[in-house]
Amino acid sequence: MSLLQSNVPEGPIAEKWTRHKNELKLVAPNNKRKYEILVIGTGLAGASAAASLGELGYNVKTFCYQDSARRAHSIAAQGGINAAKNYPNDGDSVWRLFYDTVKGGDYRSREANVYRLAEVSANIIDQCVAQGVPFAREYGGLLANRTFGGAQVSRTFYARGQTGQQLLLGAYSALMRQVNKGKVQNFARREMLDLVNIDGNARGVIVRNMVTGKLERYVGDAVLLCTGGYGNAYYLSTNAMGCNVTAAWRCYKRGAYYANPCYTQIHPTCIPVSGDYQSKLTLMSESLRNDGRVWVPKDVNDKRSPEQIPEADRDYYLERRYPAFGNMVPRDVASRAAKERCDEGFGVNESGRAVYLDFKRAIAEQGQKAIEAKYGNLFHMYRKITNENPYEVPMKIYPAVHYTMGGLWVDYNLQSTIPGLYVLGEANFSDHGANRLGASALMQGLADGYFVAPYTVGHHLASNKLEKVDTNNPAFEQVESEVQGRIDKFLSINGSRSVDSFHRELGLVMWDNCGMARNAAGLQAAIEKIQSIRWEFWENVHVTGSGHQLNMELEKAGRVADFLEFGELLARDALAREESCGGHFREEHQTPENEAKRDDENFAHVAAWEYQGDDAEPTRHQEELNFENVKLTQRSYK
Amino acid sequence: MKLTLHIWRQSKTETKGEFKTYELPDVSEHMSFLEMLDVLNEKLISQNEEPVAFDHDCREGICGSCSMMINGQAHGPDLETTACQLHMRKFKDGDDVWIEPWRADAFPVLKDLVVDRSAFDRIMQAGAFVSVNTGNAPDANSTIVPKMNADLAFDAATCIGCGACVAACKNASAMLFVSAKVSQYALLPQGDPERKTRVLRMVAQMDKEGFGGCSNTNECEAACPAGISVNNIARLNREYFKATLTSRES
Repeated sequence: MSLLQSNVPEGPIAEKWTRHKNELKLVAPNNKRKYEILVIGTGLAGASAAASLGELGYNVKTFCYQDSARRAHSIAAQGGINAAKNYPNDGDSVWRLFYDTVKGGDYRSREANVYRLAEVSANIIDQCVAQGVPFAREYGGLLANRTFGGAQVSRTFYARGQTGQQLLLGAYSALMRQVNKGKVQNFARREMLDLVNIDGNARGVIVRNMVTGKLERYVGDAVLLCTGGYGNAYYLSTNAMGCNVTAAWRCYKRGAYYANPCYTQIHPTCIPVSGDYQSKLTLMSESLRNDGRVWVPKDVNDKRSPEQIPEADRDYYLERRYPAFGNMVPRDVASRAAKERCDEGFGVNESGRAVYLDFKRAIAEQGQKAIEAKYGNLFHMYRKITNENPYEVPMKIYPAVHYTMGGLWVDYNLQSTIPGLYVLGEANFSDHGANRLGASALMQGLADGYFVAPYTVGHHLASNKLEKVDTNNPAFEQVESEVQGRIDKFLSINGSRSVDSFHRELGLVMWDNCGMARNAAGLQAAIEKIQSIRWEFWENVHVTGSGHQLNMELEKAGRVADFLEFGELLARDALAREESCGGHFREEHQTPENEAKRDDENFAHVAAWEYQGDDAEPTRHQEELNFENVKLTQRSYK
Repeated sequence: MKLTLHIWRQSKTETKGEFKTYELPDVSEHMSFLEMLDVLNEKLISQNEEPVAFDHDCREGICGSCSMMINGQAHGPDLETTACQLHMRKFKDGDDVWIEPWRADAFPVLKDLVVDRSAFDRIMQAGAFVSVNTGNAPDANSTIVPKMNADLAFDAATCIGCGACVAACKNASAMLFVSAKVSQYALLPQGDPERKTRVLRMVAQMDKEGFGGCSNTNECEAACPAGISVNNIARLNREYFKATLTSRES
């Protein structure tokens, strides 16, 4: 029997979640304190889940690799969070948010999950405001909204260009309150290095104390993985330097299926790469496309500076190709359009890999003050990095790896194929299909953490009689010795290349072959190249220092070793998916207008990969996607 | 450009540290300060020396991880800029650059430039929250907040918790950090019910952690990469004074 039971409840889509909640088993208030829940990661999903479970009375332990829970990378999200509030009275509804998200994901997400997401979106805003999150407001004192890509309504709530920061600090404050009450224990500078299963259930983790270097064992009745995405497989991305796939990858190797790893989001508006020392890429929020217009010169040979190029000689290619949505097309569409112009030689910048994002008209119409109020911190950041003033000259932007829609496979309850292992936020695969719409990641992280997991985890605890175990269980011994063996191995190789040099090499292969456009030959080549980089890594990496201290090289070695395995799975998944959809664009499969061409007959399914051992090929399982409410059409933003 | 770096090296909290000098040729003016340190570290690794440990993560100036004194200034010479957003174009060929960890009793050095800032978390645990459980919050627009208050609250809430204010203060005071959070909640109706207990408990915890009193020199504001205003300290003082006179909490 396939393990891929989505467990989507029966009934009309609008009633599924309500009915399901009524049927979920409960843990009585005085019994909740008997349970221990481990939450890995303290971003929006982890912090909100840990706080909510603590409030309910469970004993919660949280772990993060940063020095404080408040620094998880959700903090860097800029533009906003969607919610079907319809405050602007522009016709929004739960249905429309649901529909836009399914369509935006190019019909590769699970309908019921997306509907639930849209349904709880309004509660998220209420919750955050009650916590004291200072959202942008109108002069009358009510909340302000703006538009994001892939939507024709204004449903995005925001706090200048720092929405993620404010939402995360809200969740962090709820978490700190529970720490104060003794319901949550917070372990910072701890990195999860493996999962411990006992009798088929996820029952614990091995983490490394990053200050002392000691391995520590923690036992629990459920493990919640809230560890974000795998964008750093590409080395250069908008992710924080520490973001990694290790926790999810270790769970995969312990029996959790990995779903749709080929769905990566290349964000259209990032500051272009400069120099080979570059360590990361910086996003310029999608919200800028509300007021900024994207263009390149009409003439390939036009080398004038942008302010000297008159309107008539500019090609506002998004407005030209997609008149209905214009500059607000979804991210995958905008990124490919930028790549197309640059491939044709119209790109600007010394590298030819950039397009303009121009605020001239908006500044003329609204005044510089208004633009500053909306995007001040982004303009400030742009100026810091590039030394150019975007109020005077247009920004130069280019797509970069930003978000990953794939992740560990979960059912409707957010439970993975390992009972007791729940996966929340970007780390799971479920809600965004093949492309995530802007301002939907914050929504999903908080929906999973505040409003889904607190119900479904309780159901797991109430319906399974879990045996009492402790960290002296032989399973802990076994897993810990494997983790220790790996650490010893890294330190003993003593080769001649740094960890980073391997990471950069992997990143180039990923970007060149598994980036915005992919083809079978390139993906085949990528698999072979990754294998050979991996082989050399284990022969020739040089990790300085020892295991019994704060050792950032050792931390990186573990993450890069896992990326070197994961990258191959990503390429395999991209190779097996013989269609184009959302962020996954196979050159072999495109319409005459160069748009992504889906194959609904053969690929309207989730691909979930099962680990079969280091030397064996993984097995590809399928979960068929049934669309009962939304009609599958060629996605059009024209 | 060519730089001479003087960097604080300390293997752990208990051991004594010292400055070590490194020459770095070929620094590009387009590099960020941390990328310059990356290049140094690559060089050290190739010489089988331990790279310089420093905290960093988002490298976009928002996570608050990076934390170093650069030529005696927290986060270096640029206004409202974290070390990760500082670019080498601010330096010139032949410069000497002194790089140290945050200096404060409440922030013990863990290794090289990495310090332990968990004291900040404990101050937050003492009261930096609104006591509202998940679920059934009232409709977000049921409470109107004047735009000016919302904007001021936002300005205070943008604190990234990096600790530059503490490092810059000769008293190693955490007043700017604490005042930013106290202000955010004091300016919003949601924070009102707990405003007295919040300020009393957070200040008590701040003292307990070993942070000093406000030096009134405003160096914190000058060093703050998020542009947090010292007006917040004035507001904290008002809140604290009111609370000590009128709070029923013993």
